[in-house]
Amino acid sequence: MSENVDTTQAPLKIGPPRSRLSRLLESRQLGVVALGAACLAPFVTATPYALNVMTTAAIFVMLASGLNIVVGYCGLLDLGYIAFMAVGAYTAGIISKSFELPLIFTIPAVLVMTVLAGLIIGAPTLRLRSDYLAIVTLGFGEITRITANNLSITGGPSGIFGIPGLLKIGGLDVEEPAVLYYVTVLVVAGFVLASARLGKSRLGRAWRFVREDEDAAEAMGIHTYKVKLLAYIFGAIWGGLGGVLFAAHLSAVSPQSFIFLQSALVLMAVVLGGMGNMRGVVIGALVISLLPELLREFASNRYLAFGLLLVIVMVFRPQGFWPARGYERERATLEAGAAAVPTEKRR
Amino acid sequence: MSAVLEVKDLQIAFGGVKAVDGLSFSAHEREIIAVIGPNGAGKTSAFNCITGFYRPTSGSVRIKGVDTTGKRPADIAAAGVTRTFQNLRLFPDLTVLDNVRAGMHLYGGQNWADAIFHTPRFKRSEAMYTEEAHHWLDFVGFEGARGVPVRNLSYGQQKRVEIARALARKAELLLLDEPAAGLNYSEKQQLLVLCRRIRDLGTSIVLIEHDMVLVMELFERIIVMDFGREIAAGTPAEVEADPAVIEAYLGKDDTAVLGNGDA
Amino acid sequence: MTQLLWDGLFVGSFYALIALGYSMVYGIIKLLNFAHGDVYMLGAFIGFALLSSMGGIPASLSLGALLIVLLVSMLITGTAGVLIERLAYRPLRGAPRLAVLITAVGVSFSLEYGIAAIAGPNPRAYPIRLEGGVFQVLGARVSLPQIVLMLIAAALMVALNFYIQKTSTGRAMRSIALDANASLLMGINVNAVITRTFFIGSALAGAAGVMAGAYYGKIDFLMGFIIGLKAFTAAVIGGIGNIKGAMLGGLVLGFVEAFGSEWFGGEWRDVFAFAVLILFLTLRPTGILGERVTERM
Repeated sequence: MSENVDTTQAPLKIGPPRSRLSRLLESRQLGVVALGAACLAPFVTATPYALNVMTTAAIFVMLASGLNIVVGYCGLLDLGYIAFMAVGAYTAGIISKSFELPLIFTIPAVLVMTVLAGLIIGAPTLRLRSDYLAIVTLGFGEITRITANNLSITGGPSGIFGIPGLLKIGGLDVEEPAVLYYVTVLVVAGFVLASARLGKSRLGRAWRFVREDEDAAEAMGIHTYKVKLLAYIFGAIWGGLGGVLFAAHLSAVSPQSFIFLQSALVLMAVVLGGMGNMRGVVIGALVISLLPELLREFASNRYLAFGLLLVIVMVFRPQGFWPARGYERERATLEAGAAAVPTEKRR
Repeated sequence: MSAVLEVKDLQIAFGGVKAVDGLSFSAHEREIIAVIGPNGAGKTSAFNCITGFYRPTSGSVRIKGVDTTGKRPADIAAAGVTRTFQNLRLFPDLTVLDNVRAGMHLYGGQNWADAIFHTPRFKRSEAMYTEEAHHWLDFVGFEGARGVPVRNLSYGQQKRVEIARALARKAELLLLDEPAAGLNYSEKQQLLVLCRRIRDLGTSIVLIEHDMVLVMELFERIIVMDFGREIAAGTPAEVEADPAVIEAYLGKDDTAVLGNGDA
Repeated sequence: MTQLLWDGLFVGSFYALIALGYSMVYGIIKLLNFAHGDVYMLGAFIGFALLSSMGGIPASLSLGALLIVLLVSMLITGTAGVLIERLAYRPLRGAPRLAVLITAVGVSFSLEYGIAAIAGPNPRAYPIRLEGGVFQVLGARVSLPQIVLMLIAAALMVALNFYIQKTSTGRAMRSIALDANASLLMGINVNAVITRTFFIGSALAGAAGVMAGAYYGKIDFLMGFIIGLKAFTAAVIGGIGNIKGAMLGGLVLGFVEAFGSEWFGGEWRDVFAFAVLILFLTLRPTGILGERVTERM
């Protein structure tokens, strides 16, 4: 049997959402509500510190949605995901600073570099079994960080600072915290939506087939290697563009921002939130990035708490707090005009 | 009739053991062939060679005239083969419908851009997926909830889903690996009826089966394997009388073992 | 040149000791114990705690004190390994591979930041530091502490090899590695053997931790992270699941790193090591001595 089959016979939630809370959380409107809340948040508190934290949280959400494609949909345990963000941030930072361009014009180069990074990291690793894949991706994460630390073009240990803002049009300076926050929220919302839509498409299903049983997927004509590589590339693009936002937010990038701890935190957001369930992942990302700020007294022990939480969740509830609900309404998506077929049709 | 499947001198060895040792046979359009033989005869190994999960050490496999020897499983599937597995390999946490949709992957008609932007092409494609999935589930006589994960279903129902998934590939050749295992007699009869309906759609079937009674009763053409090669082939009557077949299943006559000449 | 060889040999023995635990556990339950490197770190800190509590130790007794602390530390880390297996890995025996790996990451994190919470995030200095005579042997600068530590490591590895080859538990380990179900049917108490495997592997890693602390003089809560990756690399190079392979792989990695640092510069040492890992996994995934993997459909 495929190594990803769960033979523990854990009970699986099936059927339509029952409680009011479940229905609310599963409804289409949740995304709109969340976006609205994000837009209104600055009216509650708009101190520079608060905006800083919220913008960072939004960027973290973007990273988590990207890693969700790799780990959640496709089941590839990438422990070095932060490397993609590093590639994006450094590419954007170096180009924009050298040519004195607003960051937004570095996006084509960032896309090229992150796709390349995805291919370079993916090519050797995707043929490996999952344990090896995990450690090798971790190795790549470290290689990226050490390389950034050692090269002069990346500014060595101090990194690159004084990076121009995203954009300046007329009187609108995106570098201003409030404006940057809204731009970030909108961009992140767009990418979260895009990744959710990808998950519910032919490609998203292919990712899941590969995750559940590679051999059976191959037997159905799915090129598993190509599908895995696509997951990596999408994850890389999400990470890289998150890096651009990161560079815009901090105006500086340094190797310290890309240590393994960061990869692990993004992974925790995906795992605790419920792998494969984009909504859960968003919430997981918000919890992991915001909670330490809200509970400052416990800050020094927060990583210990996260580590223990990870073990506890995996042992008792491995599908995460909000797992992908393996359920769909049966006759929901037929186009108007197609004949409605009764449920119990006999031949 | 042209040959949908042509296997010539197929061989594969694991370490020192020759699992398949010079197997040759053909399947033509609208044929149903049963491959039988004792345990370890090499039946599943042959299937795996044909579908690309094993790489044969020598010999050739042609599907619809195209040489597919040694190609990867996904390419062979695209060439016109589809299969089920001996130990039922569905996607356990995915819904019944999604499992069947897996079979349709190759003619999906949508790419990632369609998905992200929900283009009309995407919506048409998704509607097609759903409608066809239902169609195949109806065809195999699947009863029960279709929007739930397959791991919650009964064994018999899961087998039907696996066949529906294989059929959704719309391939010319269907390989069924012990489809009747674990089924009771009436379920086996239903399976046979289903096979005939599949054949009527234009798909050839090669299946592995253990139940001798069923096989002798219901199949038109039988191939018997032992030690990795064909030892007999023909109609049930021919095969039943073949001394090699009797020997494979029941062993040689005791007197022969004691040195009184060959049986 | 001989200096490089010697340095490589020395570092390699550490890698080998830790790689052994990785390989043994992988061989028996097909799990890459991501937290194994942190057990090494745990050993170092336990040694630190023990030595600190012993008060001032005259330099002449430092080797003796070290050996005692080494043994006690090995016992404690071995037990820690057993606890980890029972609490975090055993409940997930039938779970998808992904879940177990993630749990291992969680264990690793817990160990790292647990120690950070107890001993503080800053590096700590080891209470004893091995000083000793330095000789010139064939052009290489060789120190007494290095020789002593390598002898200890070698003794441990010889003892382990004896255990695996000659005792019934060792035989049981080998048979479970080949076929767990058959072993169960033959009456082997698989759980007990797995427990013992974790104990031994963790004890060896703990020993390496104490020795590293005594030699390098400095320990910090993240020291296990990189070492864990290096040990994994060593295990892969030698052939994962293969005991002799782990030893060989450790030494090979030590050499490779020594030469790599010489040619590319010390700051690229880790990158070089990972590059070797990726090369092996791509071109010769079964390692030098090979791993036995058969897959039936």
